[in-house]
Amino acid sequence: MLKRWSLLCLLALLALPAAAAVQPGQAAPPLSLPLLSDGSPAVLALASLQGKVVYLDFWASWCGPCRISFPQLEQLRQELGPRGFEVLAVNVDEVEADAQRFLAQVPVTYPVVRDGTGETPRSYGVPGMPTGFLIDRGGVVRLVHQGYRKSDGADLRAAIIDLLGEQAP
Amino acid sequence: MKQLALVLFAVLALCGCETVEPWERGVLAKREMQWQTDPRESSLQAQIFASKEASSGGQGAAGGGCGCN
Repeated sequence: MLKRWSLLCLLALLALPAAAAVQPGQAAPPLSLPLLSDGSPAVLALASLQGKVVYLDFWASWCGPCRISFPQLEQLRQELGPRGFEVLAVNVDEVEADAQRFLAQVPVTYPVVRDGTGETPRSYGVPGMPTGFLIDRGGVVRLVHQGYRKSDGADLRAAIIDLLGEQAP
Repeated sequence: MKQLALVLFAVLALCGCETVEPWERGVLAKREMQWQTDPRESSLQAQIFASKEASSGGQGAAGGGCGCN
């Protein structure tokens, strides 16, 4: 009897659920983080981008696909920015200098904020690196994009254009 | 008693288990943490091994021992 119970307990311990990821249809958890790009103590909140379609991109310097995504996101933002699209990149590097080096190699004009504590990726339940959350004008997550391949840009662009056509509630 | 001790030990050992979250894998992504530190070198080694040792399977086509496949 004891044996069976202890086995059950062990299994229960192993099955402890990981933090649930934010799903499409859920409101994007609020975030407010210091900007990385200029080194000033300025803080950028997701709420300040309300009314825009936002691609919230979690990235790190050690993540290969992130290097592919950056130029494409930059291009999307250049193209669709005037229509109300914005990229907000959240860096999750443990060492800030790594992120700075990455940005020097792959420069972007969209805002990059930093969370070295892991609190924000945890609240979003980031399932892998990179993960992008496409948030509509009303602040609702509409698409979760995990990983990044060169060919992903076209689908992403179509999804963004769809959301840009919607009115803010 | 012995069983209880074993269970206790197992529970304690399990407490040491920690999930490495996706955003915490910076150190694991370093080159020195890879099984193969140089992918090009290791694919070359595998190619030579497969042909010189006349071993086939798992690493592409079998060769005739000349190392030219």
